[in-house]
This record gives sequence, structure tokens and C-alpha cells, in this order.
Amino acid sequence: MLKRNIALGFAAAFSASAALATVAQARDLTVVSWGGAYQDAQKKVYFEPFKKAAGIAMNDESWDGGVGVLRAKVQGGAATWDVVQVESDELAVGCEEGLFEKLDYSKIGGEAAYIQPSVNPCGVGAILYDFVLGYDKDKLKEAPKGWADFFDTKKIPGKRALRQGPKTTLEIALMADGVAPKDVYKVLATDEGVDRAFKKLDTIKGDLVWWKAGAQPPQLLASGEVAMTSVYNGRIDTANKNEKKNFGMVWDGALFTLDSWVILKGSPNKDAAYKFLDFAGKAENQSKLSENIAYGTSNKDAAALIQPAVLKDLPTAPANIKNAVEINVAFWLENIDRLTERFNKWAAK
Amino acid sequence: MTDALLTGADASTEVPLKRRLRRAERTRQVKALALVLPLLVFLLFTFAGPIAGMLWRAVDDREVRQVLPQTVVALANWDGKDLPDEKAYAALAGDILAARASGTLAIAAKRLNYALNGFRTILTSTARNLKAAPEPGTAKETLGKINPAWRERTTWTTIRDASGPVTGFYLLAALDLTRNVDGAIVAASPDQAIYRDVFARTFLISISVTALCLILGFPVAYLLATLPPGRSNLLMVFVLLPFWTSLLVRTCAWIVLLQSRGVVNDSLHWLGIIDEPLRLIYNRFGVCVAMTHVLLPFMILPLYSSMKAISPAYMRAAASLGAPPLTAFLRIYLPQTLPGIGAGSLLVFILALGYYITPALVGGAADQMISYFIALYTTETANWGLASALGAVLLLATILLALVYGKLVQGQQVTGGMKN
Repeated sequence: MLKRNIALGFAAAFSASAALATVAQARDLTVVSWGGAYQDAQKKVYFEPFKKAAGIAMNDESWDGGVGVLRAKVQGGAATWDVVQVESDELAVGCEEGLFEKLDYSKIGGEAAYIQPSVNPCGVGAILYDFVLGYDKDKLKEAPKGWADFFDTKKIPGKRALRQGPKTTLEIALMADGVAPKDVYKVLATDEGVDRAFKKLDTIKGDLVWWKAGAQPPQLLASGEVAMTSVYNGRIDTANKNEKKNFGMVWDGALFTLDSWVILKGSPNKDAAYKFLDFAGKAENQSKLSENIAYGTSNKDAAALIQPAVLKDLPTAPANIKNAVEINVAFWLENIDRLTERFNKWAAK
Repeated sequence: MTDALLTGADASTEVPLKRRLRRAERTRQVKALALVLPLLVFLLFTFAGPIAGMLWRAVDDREVRQVLPQTVVALANWDGKDLPDEKAYAALAGDILAARASGTLAIAAKRLNYALNGFRTILTSTARNLKAAPEPGTAKETLGKINPAWRERTTWTTIRDASGPVTGFYLLAALDLTRNVDGAIVAASPDQAIYRDVFARTFLISISVTALCLILGFPVAYLLATLPPGRSNLLMVFVLLPFWTSLLVRTCAWIVLLQSRGVVNDSLHWLGIIDEPLRLIYNRFGVCVAMTHVLLPFMILPLYSSMKAISPAYMRAAASLGAPPLTAFLRIYLPQTLPGIGAGSLLVFILALGYYITPALVGGAADQMISYFIALYTTETANWGLASALGAVLLLATILLALVYGKLVQGQQVTGGMKN
């Protein structure tokens, strides 16, 4: 009796999971992005209009990044995501590991439609954004001019915040020490360059606070905990717009990077995914995104459609990108583990 | 006597009663097992299996074997004294060409880069510049020309040491050790030797938090256990309220309280006690305060339940026999709360070991615990071998400590109770 019941239970469980599996096969297109104000803007200009225009059902989810997450999704064999927005290092590693579909650019408007840094065999650029020097105009008597002022505690007293870890921190230290933006990675590739960056960081070690999540720097500025911080440019803009803050930012020596859309390997909704990427890659749609949130976009013709008043605060505005450095993915792929260990050694001293 | 009774009790059947009893007992056991079987299977698949899988990743090393199979075979008999022979070079050239065609080269490059920084560039530049298979007999020369690293012994020992199928590389790295070019285990370079410090820091923070919880929680639990039910229930709600609040909310509340223009600093400033704000957050102090607050209920509840069971008559008896209050407390009351202290401390300590969010938000760069690094290598850099090795070392150290601790507490109970 008992045995038969258990057998029945197993049978029921199996048929239920089989039913679930078929549901998973026929699920809607799922697009994953970074959440927060950014995803709200994407909903408004990409997701909702796309559903209407293409007549395709889609869901959106959010995530916090990490190539390990994508690896687990794809290798786990039941990836519930189709299109994901990834950072540049996730794009490079995931591409090497074969986690993404190779993109057929003919389905998304052709390579010529996009700015050069955003074209990649595994992904297509979505936004371009900067790490800038941010400060509170209401609290500082004198506005900082660049990273050199960030390290000058005599001129501008108070604490400073940087992103925890070696990435962006070492580049900023070198620029503060007088290295020209275009030479940063040349210098950082040598042992002397790394030593030089840490030596520069030593000069303000006691005044440094470390942030981990993008939401922290505006909060640190607002509470007066720090006088200056490295921060994503979009966060400063959002704080000024939505919370009536008076934050300023310095574009000189900013570090820029791209986020890209990828299609996860083996996605059952590849056609719908391409249709979505095509929609999100069109200049008229991208220009609306920039008007909602201060990120630059990847379509060459998008800038021409944006109002000049909005354009001047975007990372892609010619004046803003003139002295900016692109974060070097290849360098960090090779050195992230070693320099993370060294950074933590330095921090613990 | 019972035997005689049992066997002689039922002469009508062939089977003695004892055996039938045993049989009935066995059926019962099987039924009981069938009832817990679903849970057992569930735990096996969702708990034991994944843990075993993660531990296996700490020693699993098959990436290089899969990508550079001929090279691994060619290096199997190499003594490692001089550069390998022409055969190995030719094998490597063939492997690189094949891997480039199938797009798997980066997987090996990533693994080799862990052992020798810069290996990624060596492999990718070689693959880029190697147009076709070199003429027989010229592979050594060709590869050396493309990248001088192929004339170095360390380049080749790195490939040999990563040949797998299992490796101690990650576990050694988790203990700040590495193998040198001759295969001897040596200390890692000072810039990369951080994990022993991080483990020590993790245990130190956990022990401090456990001690703080015990010091703060003991009087509270005593109060809860001795008050009349009405008031003790009200106090219990105060203990449980933070317990039911999200960890993230409580951690952020501490940021608001402790930051340099936060509630605490402003109040002290207003009272004229300080001129400059104290640094209460983004350092070790902030981590200990926030973690103690979060983990306090885990200490109070086991203590409370053990104190609830102690009869007040014991203390009265001790007093009537002439024991001063302190002696009565130390000799009579404290030993009886030991099981509660043991359970509470172990619970708090083990929970504290794995803390991640709280140190990340209220700690400085020098206060990150081992879980921060495990998370970093798991999600961000996808170095799962090292992440698993760090996890394995933490698991082992925790199990050992728990065993030692269990022995200590048990010993205390045997000698420290009312027997003496």
C-alpha cells in the first residue's frame, strides 16, 4: 500500500516537472537589465513600445552582474533568460567561454549603424557611461578640477570615496599623479606603474572610504560623509533631477565603458531576441533613452536626434569624451586577480 | 529467563517469537525510513550534492587537458630540467591551431593565467601570429620567435603543472602557498599572500562578535527568564522585533546612526563631548556593532530556553547553605546555563563566519571577510577553483572548531556541574 502510494507520488512529481519543462520551452522572451532608474527608463522607451510595435510578449527581469551568474545559467542547462545586458568584462569572458550567441549584425541594422567600440561578435553596445569625479556644489567652496584635486586634502579637506577594488582606482591614482589619460594603461602595465599608483593612494589612505554598489556614492555625498567620490555619471544626474540635489561632476579624466546586449547561448526565443535588439538599436528609440537618463548610446545617428541641452550632459558629447579613457578590458582580464590580491594586501596594511 | 519465556511462548508456529518481533520491528523501521525518504532525497540533491560539487571544483583541473591535449601528453615524460624537446613544441603548435579553430583557447589561457600572470597574452599573441603548422623540426624556433616566453622553462612548467586531471593549485593558493619551478611548495609572493590574513580576520571578527553577544545577551536572557510572564513577553517582542526585520534594513540603519554626520556623532557634538566627529563606521568598530546587533537574538533565545529550565530552588538552597551570591552564581547557576551558552555561541559564531552584506556595507577595505572574496571569485572574476578552495578551507576550519568547542563545553558540563 505504502509502496504504491510512494510510486504514485513519484509519478505525479515527474509528470508535474515534465509539464513544467514544456512550459519552460514555450516561455516568453525574457530581457534582463540592471534594475533601478535605468530599467524604468528602458521599460518606458524600449520594452513597452516594443511589445506594442512587434506584438511579441516579453518579460523583463533585473540582475546585479557577474559572469559567474551567466555561466551557471547557461551550463545549468535551463537558462530562463534570453537577452541580457552585460558589462564589458562579462562580455569578453562570456564570449570566450561560449556563453553567448554570435550576433548576426544583418538582423540588427548592420555594423555600420553603430559606433566602433560597441561592435562585438558576441554583443552589441547598449549604453556608454562614465566614472566621473562627483562632488556636492552646496558643500564645496571651490570646485575640484580633476583627479589631482581629489588627492589634494589641503586644498579640499574631507574624506573621499572610491570603488572598492583595483579597477578604476589604480587608473584614477595614476591620472592624479600626472599620467596623461591616453597613457594610463601603458604605465599600469609595468610593475613600476602599479607601485606608483599604490604610492599615490598611500598619500590619502586615511581619508579614503570604499563604496561597492553604484547607489552608495550619491548617498555618501548627500550625507556629507565624503567631499568627493568617483561615481557613475547617470547617478549624479538622477540625484539632481529627482532629489533636487546640487551635485557637480568633472568630465576631465573620466573613465568610460560600455554595456552591451547579448543573447544567451541556446535561447529558444532567438528570433524575438533579434527583433528586440533591432528595436533597441534604432537611433530614434535610443535618443529617447538618453532624454530619460543621462547615458550615451551606441547608434551613430542617435546624438543628432537629441536636444542640445540634454546632449551636453551625456558621456558621448564631444567635449565630455575628449579627455576620457576607455576602461581596458583586456588589461583587467589578465590582471584582475593579481591586482585584487595586491589591493587587499595594501588595504589591510 | 526472558529468552526462555519468549521462545516457549508460542509453540504453535515454527518461527520463534524473537524473530517475529524482530521482523515486525524491521517493517516498522522500513516504513519510518519511507516517511523520511523524500526529505533525505531532497537534502541529498539540494544540499549535499551541490556542496560536494563545489568542493570538487577546488581540485578539478581539466581545462588545459581539454584544450591542449597533445601538449599534455608530450610533457608527461619531460623531466623539467631543460626546455622540452621539439616534439612538445610541435604538439603545442598543433594544439594552438586546433584550439583557435574551435574557439576554446581562452579557456586554457584563463586557467594558465592564474598560475602565471601574463599567460593570457602569451597564448593569444601566439595564436594570432602562428599562421600555419610549422615545418617539421622548426616548431621550437618558430614559437620562440613569435614569443620569447616559449624559451623560458617556467612557461612550460606552468603548462605541465596545470595538466590535471586534479590539482592542489587552488587549495595551496587559498593557504598562500604555491609550487615553484621545481615543484616544491613555497610561500606565495608577499603581494599575493592575503588569504591567511583574511581567514584570521574572519575568525577574529566572528569571535569578537560572539563574545559581545554573550556579554550583552546573558543579562537580557536572565531578565527574560526571571520576570513574570506578562512583562517577559513584552520584552521578548523587543528581542524578536529586530529578528524579524530585514538584515539590509538594519545594516542601513546603522549607517544612518554612525556616519560622521549621523545621529550619534551629532548628539555627542551637541552635548559638547566631541569637537570632531568620531569615525564609527567604515571600520572594524562599525562591523562589530552592526553584526552584534543583527546576531544578538541568536544568542538570547538559546540562553533564555536553558535558563527557563533552571529551578530557582537551587540558588535558594545554595544561599541557605551559606554560599555568597557570586560563588552561588559561578558554582550553581552558570554551569547549568552552559548548554545554552554553548548552543548560542556556536550558532552566532558560525553565522558570523559567513557574513557578507554587513561587512560590505559598514566595513572598510581592510574589514572584508572571506565571504567577500568567495563572492568576488564566484560571480565577478569567475575563478571558481579558487572560490571553492576558499570555501573548502573555511568549511574545514569551521568543522574543526565546532568539534573542539563541543568537546570543551561537554567537558565543562561534566566537571563544572553540581557533582563537586
